[in-house]
Amino acid sequence: MREPPQRRRLPDGRLHLSDGPIDLVIEAFGETSAVEAAYAAASLRFATILDEICAELTLLRAASRPNAPAPLGRVARRMTAAVAPFAKRRFLTPMAAVAGAVADETLAAMTATCDLRRAYVNNGGDIALHLAAAESFTIGMVDRPDRPSLVGRASIGASEGVRGVATSGWRGRSFSLGVADAVTVLARSAALADAAATLIANAVDLPGHPAIERAPARQRDPQSDLGERRVTIGVGPLTSSEIGSALAAGAAEAALWREAGLIEAAALRLDEATRLVGAVPNLYNVGARATAPRIEGKSRHAVG
Amino acid sequence: MSELDDKIRCDACPVMCYIRPGMTGACDRYANWDGQLVRVDPHVLLERAVHDGGKVVPFVNAEAAWSGDILASPGPIITAVGAGTTYPDYKPAPFIVSSKVDGVDMVTVVTEGIYSYCGVKLKIDTDRHLGPECAIVRAQGEPVGHVTTGEYGSQMLSLGGVNHLTHGGKKEGRVTCDTLLGLCNGEPVELTVDGGVSVIVEAGKPPIINGKREERMRVGCGSATIGMFAKQWDGKVDEVVVVDDHITGVLSEHQAGKLLGVRETGIKMRGRRSTPGRYFHVAEPGVGWGGTNVSDPLEIVAGFNPKVAWSGMTMLMVSTTGEQYGFYRLDDALRPIEAELPETLRESVERISENCEPALCSVLFMAGAGGSLRAGVTENPVRLTRSVRQALTTVTAGGAPVVVWPGGGITFMVDVTLLPRNAFGYVPTPAIVAPIEFTLRLDDYAALGGHVGEVRSLDDVIAHHAERPNIVFAGGAVARDIGARRKA
Repeated sequence: MREPPQRRRLPDGRLHLSDGPIDLVIEAFGETSAVEAAYAAASLRFATILDEICAELTLLRAASRPNAPAPLGRVARRMTAAVAPFAKRRFLTPMAAVAGAVADETLAAMTATCDLRRAYVNNGGDIALHLAAAESFTIGMVDRPDRPSLVGRASIGASEGVRGVATSGWRGRSFSLGVADAVTVLARSAALADAAATLIANAVDLPGHPAIERAPARQRDPQSDLGERRVTIGVGPLTSSEIGSALAAGAAEAALWREAGLIEAAALRLDEATRLVGAVPNLYNVGARATAPRIEGKSRHAVG
Repeated sequence: MSELDDKIRCDACPVMCYIRPGMTGACDRYANWDGQLVRVDPHVLLERAVHDGGKVVPFVNAEAAWSGDILASPGPIITAVGAGTTYPDYKPAPFIVSSKVDGVDMVTVVTEGIYSYCGVKLKIDTDRHLGPECAIVRAQGEPVGHVTTGEYGSQMLSLGGVNHLTHGGKKEGRVTCDTLLGLCNGEPVELTVDGGVSVIVEAGKPPIINGKREERMRVGCGSATIGMFAKQWDGKVDEVVVVDDHITGVLSEHQAGKLLGVRETGIKMRGRRSTPGRYFHVAEPGVGWGGTNVSDPLEIVAGFNPKVAWSGMTMLMVSTTGEQYGFYRLDDALRPIEAELPETLRESVERISENCEPALCSVLFMAGAGGSLRAGVTENPVRLTRSVRQALTTVTAGGAPVVVWPGGGITFMVDVTLLPRNAFGYVPTPAIVAPIEFTLRLDDYAALGGHVGEVRSLDDVIAHHAERPNIVFAGGAVARDIGARRKA
């Protein structure tokens, strides 16, 4: 039966909202009354988000194309708007931006009524940021989404225009057509970052390589929006030149979207090798272990 | 949850994922485990616990009162599953944990009890006669309990208890312990009743009686069924007999029929008339119609009074679950001749079966927390009993609510499907090991002579759970079989 959305305060005071596949960890900074009001606004907005999305799932699982009927829901509109500029050149469904769009929408509900210094909504690693003037966030990064350990940090300031961070990789929760361990993208919104990270992670690939195990998406998830497209389910040993060429393919994809003005920067990670596209602001501590990032959302120190 | 090929469809959220065997849905929380929808929380601590062979804990917020809030708030809970025990030493329980609930310091004493005094009460939803009351119930040929009083729509068995566990032969004790353990952990167990049937019992599943799966639980006794459906029969048929081993109902004589002005039919029933339209002992108990031994319902009709009955009169006979039915028309000699059930009556028969709930087996574990177990909680065991009596101390088993019997001792019953999977264990004594938790205010705990020096903070227990992979920690981790185990 339908379980009701869940809300709780984590022991450290952050707000945790959960409903079906959505898990948000939220923290706001500002006057206590404003923070509490923001949490109340987030909870209120969140209560119906999953139902709104599910009401239009069929439309949202179809390939994005010009002149497609526009969805009604606010999150659904964020999704279609985010994928539309990418979809001119790539196959993509609005579902590629669902996590980021939920984060953006929830954050918007918080900042609409409350004066906050800064806030973040972390939707399983896809993060929407709010930064008042002169504020900044330090983002912790991990090299593999399935084995989180902090390997690098980036500091994002209010003036940099980055309000969304998203990570994609074949080891993560969503399917990937590529072999990247993690591709982290910084963009104007979490929805844009989410869609771009998906495409760039898909592009980090070695087509036809025998060490890469793939299976039709529908075989793994009968309702996947990727249909019969073959998603990565295992990656065997790769030589360093193969790693280099896979990362180069991904970097070309990232550069394409950066030149189109859709993303600010991307960090691509495969088997302990890293490529950066654009300037990841104040990135440090990454070189030491030649690591590449994913935002680690669940650690207390990941975003703060 | 519904099944489609080997996929199952999850209905825990509006995404309604189809999930293939061995895979999880979009949330990574629900999985298809061997065709069953199970909850597998992504909580990291939980994952570790599962890897280490530990146990997991259910949410307990579902039954909580609604606070006017649109979002539910899961609260942490610590259970005793896998906590271990100090029995029979006079030592503090393995975990005495403090946490704040609504600003009040609470203590939960977490232990496992070794219960020589324990058993299960089985409620088996069926009209079928499983065996005479007091008949011995056996498992693997050994006596493990007996048939007890019949209840609404169900037959009751009482299994285990100290006499079978310890006073019988060695094999009897071992088989009894096995039987209780299997039933409590939700496994199917085959039982035979002396002078009765063979039945496979599994908590939360329909019983299988003599190889036949029971589908439905009666809507009511025969007389009650007459009362419920009289209006729907009025004018469509002259007589209705609801065949029931307990109380067979006859429409034309029944108060409900009288109120509707149903004409007398002159039917003469076998058995003993209790009050008008209600008959006891129309046949012997059995696995036939309505829990009787008859397969031809006309056997319970002695005849028709020729001064009252008439040629062409119609009669419906139906069992208390609507599973069996027959339609008859009296010929010129006033003999009932079977005919096809008219469409107008088919609906009422279907309505009876529609109103029957699915037949299930329920298993309540019953045990008494003896002095030794209570000594693990407080230096003065009897004070714990008093504290439970005064409702200062809440007792749970594996986080599940229990019913505590009034009277002496702390004897409780718990629905085994509310506990985490495999929450029960055994020792070769033989005895059953089951989790039990006592939760009370810290100051009350001190007042009743609790082992206050042993109290650890919840954070501390969680932080150190890795050292004791067996321990269950708080944090809202869940694994329970949604279909069979979830109540709310």
